[in-house]
Amino acid sequence: MRDRFFRRRLVDRTVRGACLLAMLLALVPLVSVLWFVTLRGIGGLSWSFFSELPRPVGETGGGMANALLGTLELVGLACLFGIPAGVLAGIHLSTFGHSRFGRFVRFAADVMSGVPSIAVGLFVYAVVVTTSRSFSGFAGAIALAILMLPTVARTTEELLKLVPEALREAALGLGVPKWRTTLFVVLRTAAPGVVTGIMLAVARASGETAPLLFTAFNNRFWSTDPSEPMASLPVTIYAYAVSPYEDWHRQAWAAALVLVALVLVLNVLARFVVRRRWGLG
Amino acid sequence: MSEPARNPGVRLTETQDDAKDRSRPRTEKLDDARTAKMSAEGLWAFYGESPALRGIDLPIADKQVTAVIGPSGSGKSTFIRSLNRMHEVVPDARVTGRVLLDGQDIYHPEVDPVLVRRRVGMVFQRPNPFPTLSIRDNVLAGKKLDGEDVPRADELVERTLRQVALWDEVKDVLERAGTSLSVGQQQRLCIARALALEPEVLLMDEPCSALDPIATVRVEELLHELRERYAIVVVTHNMQQAARVANLTAFFYMGELVEYDRTDVVFMRPKERRTEDYITGRFG
Amino acid sequence: MDGTASPLIRARSPVARLLGIKGNPGDALFDRLTGFFALFLVVLLAAMAVAMAKSAMPTFRTFGFGFVTGAIWDPLRQTFGALPFVYGTVVSSVLALVLAVPVSLGVAIYLSELAPLRLRQPLGFLVELLAAVPSVVYGLWGVFVLAPWLRSSVEPALARTLGFLPLFQGPHQGFGMLAGGIVLAIMVVPTVSSVSREVLSAVPHSLREGALALGATRWEAVRLAVLPYARSGLVGAVLLGLGRALGETMAVTMVIGNRAEISSSLFAPSYTMASVLANEFTEATGELHLSALAEIGFLLFVVTVLLNVIARLLVGKTRREPDGGRA
Repeated sequence: MRDRFFRRRLVDRTVRGACLLAMLLALVPLVSVLWFVTLRGIGGLSWSFFSELPRPVGETGGGMANALLGTLELVGLACLFGIPAGVLAGIHLSTFGHSRFGRFVRFAADVMSGVPSIAVGLFVYAVVVTTSRSFSGFAGAIALAILMLPTVARTTEELLKLVPEALREAALGLGVPKWRTTLFVVLRTAAPGVVTGIMLAVARASGETAPLLFTAFNNRFWSTDPSEPMASLPVTIYAYAVSPYEDWHRQAWAAALVLVALVLVLNVLARFVVRRRWGLG
Repeated sequence: MSEPARNPGVRLTETQDDAKDRSRPRTEKLDDARTAKMSAEGLWAFYGESPALRGIDLPIADKQVTAVIGPSGSGKSTFIRSLNRMHEVVPDARVTGRVLLDGQDIYHPEVDPVLVRRRVGMVFQRPNPFPTLSIRDNVLAGKKLDGEDVPRADELVERTLRQVALWDEVKDVLERAGTSLSVGQQQRLCIARALALEPEVLLMDEPCSALDPIATVRVEELLHELRERYAIVVVTHNMQQAARVANLTAFFYMGELVEYDRTDVVFMRPKERRTEDYITGRFG
Repeated sequence: MDGTASPLIRARSPVARLLGIKGNPGDALFDRLTGFFALFLVVLLAAMAVAMAKSAMPTFRTFGFGFVTGAIWDPLRQTFGALPFVYGTVVSSVLALVLAVPVSLGVAIYLSELAPLRLRQPLGFLVELLAAVPSVVYGLWGVFVLAPWLRSSVEPALARTLGFLPLFQGPHQGFGMLAGGIVLAIMVVPTVSSVSREVLSAVPHSLREGALALGATRWEAVRLAVLPYARSGLVGAVLLGLGRALGETMAVTMVIGNRAEISSSLFAPSYTMASVLANEFTEATGELHLSALAEIGFLLFVVTVLLNVIARLLVGKTRREPDGGRA
């Protein structure tokens, strides 16, 4: 009897240890990536990195000013296209989500969020790039917006549904039109959560490479015109990393550091700061 | 004595007491559909396929308090929410029949429900001041949320808070959150918020059920004053409360209006068997 | 009747009358606006499916279903068989799951059952950060950290100990199927573990407590009460992870070697569907080449969508009803 119990305890302890080990194992790559990105990236950060354009192939030096600006611009445009559309769709889902149409839309949003980002790039290529006959920042922004759209819509819907019905009733009972109630009472109350969802969607979009490969493509010069191909940090990192040039590798690490820092900051901000500032009352 | 009425709400045949009424100078008598402030005519309300209200014909008298009583599930809340078109806010809820406000049917297809609710205000069972707004902004919420300018806002705030006997208690802390008040105060704040829109009718769905006895007394005192100016409908499951605050009472049972009369008649000399059973506590 | 009562019907502008707007015009317009964007979502998805199918048509007409079974991919000779890529995708994803699922389950169980309460949120956040790191950064790390390490330490050790298996034979460069599988596994862990966590927390406490009250150890409670209940949800979580792995592009492309060969060794380079699409698309020679790549993209799209749908159904099932009902 004692032996059996001892064995059971042993199994229990072993499994618990294994789970703890799994936990630590899962964190190892995270730590390793962050470690190396910081270690090898920090040397490449310099004023010229942020301000200069890439030098011709083979030459050392130069920077990624165009890629940095390009990422900002692409993500900015993507937000412009994707966020209002996503929020409005999410609002519709929260009010009409129980109807057949609503269930269909929700299904489409969920399915769309699982589509590989490279397939989205392919789609935008087929529709936008072929008709405009050139790679462009617009195409890239559209691809990123499509990636953001379903997430923003579903997050908005879920958060609007969390707002207590009593608030909505109070406003409607006062003769506030439904649309004003939705925007200025319900959405305003759900705003912190919605902003969190948006920030996370933006973080994801800024790190995407595959959808940009055949939409925004790349540009070795100043690229601010969205109707032209546009450089971006992720694409540049990719191009430099697979190249044979040491100097480009160094710059790739530096760019990766900037990108990871950007994404991390957005993630941390989204989860902690926003909640604290707006979380009360 | 007259026969037990099947469809109350229309002028009953005269009784001895009605004769006594006529000699009284005050107008605590029943209105009929023509002169009432609001009137339900053939009102049916549904949640999906199941009816919650069956063919209600009931006037709401102006400058009176009408109590709506009945056991749970009798359709009291559904009825009161049909009076300001809040019933349809619930998905799959609908209404047939008419509800007249000053002779206009509020359910006419071209009517804007928002306009109805500006004239027919509502106070809910659980006080629901807006948590992110101050006391002052809560009072003004009805106007501000609709994007209206509020000239002389401070006056309005003071006037309505005085009306609900809350002014003296909160006048120094108007900037505090609406939810920082006690539950009883919050409810009075919600009443003030509704009154700030200067409605003509005030609907109250069990306004005291979440309040302690002292707060309840305060609200009931309020009703005595408010009825000088508004048509008030109060849903209550507390018969003593109905007797205290209302001059007219409607008894609902299983979605039907069983009896409607002056409160003393309903409680002392009910004409319907079901009313009598409810009053004497046989069910409900 | 009060003759000066405010009207209940708004005066309607001709535009409103034209549009048949009744009731509150603001509400009607707003509902239409939100409805438009909701519809847009559906239309977009349909458009994606249609556009990709259309681009893939030429190849489908030429090769039919043999496209998937054909083993030669030679753009110069206009022969396009996608089997090497299908193989690469499937094997790398399966390898990723083999590595990731036990770890993810362990993490999920740890975070939902075993970890001290105060640690759960921060640790959970860290695991989600794994998902936040961009794919291309994993690729960079894979190229300069993981692959060299595999080449110098891991693969020789594997060859020494398990070299009798064809899986671990042949030259090792670091870059290859193994590297691809590992990198994929890292990116799949956050998905599988977070969905699993959700599924596990959907299990009613009473089940767990019942087992514990009978004297079960923590692990036994999990094994007997929680896991059976959560089974379909956990399968759904794994499917979602699989879907993620199938569509992953950048990190895999950078470490898998990009050679369209089918080999039995994990050390050998390989090529996934997403990788060939990423690498060859912008330099495709001719319409058939483009269309072949598009068909690969379309296949990826269809498979991931299907996986996603099935996975969600399974996860939803755990949330709604108990699975099994056996103790």
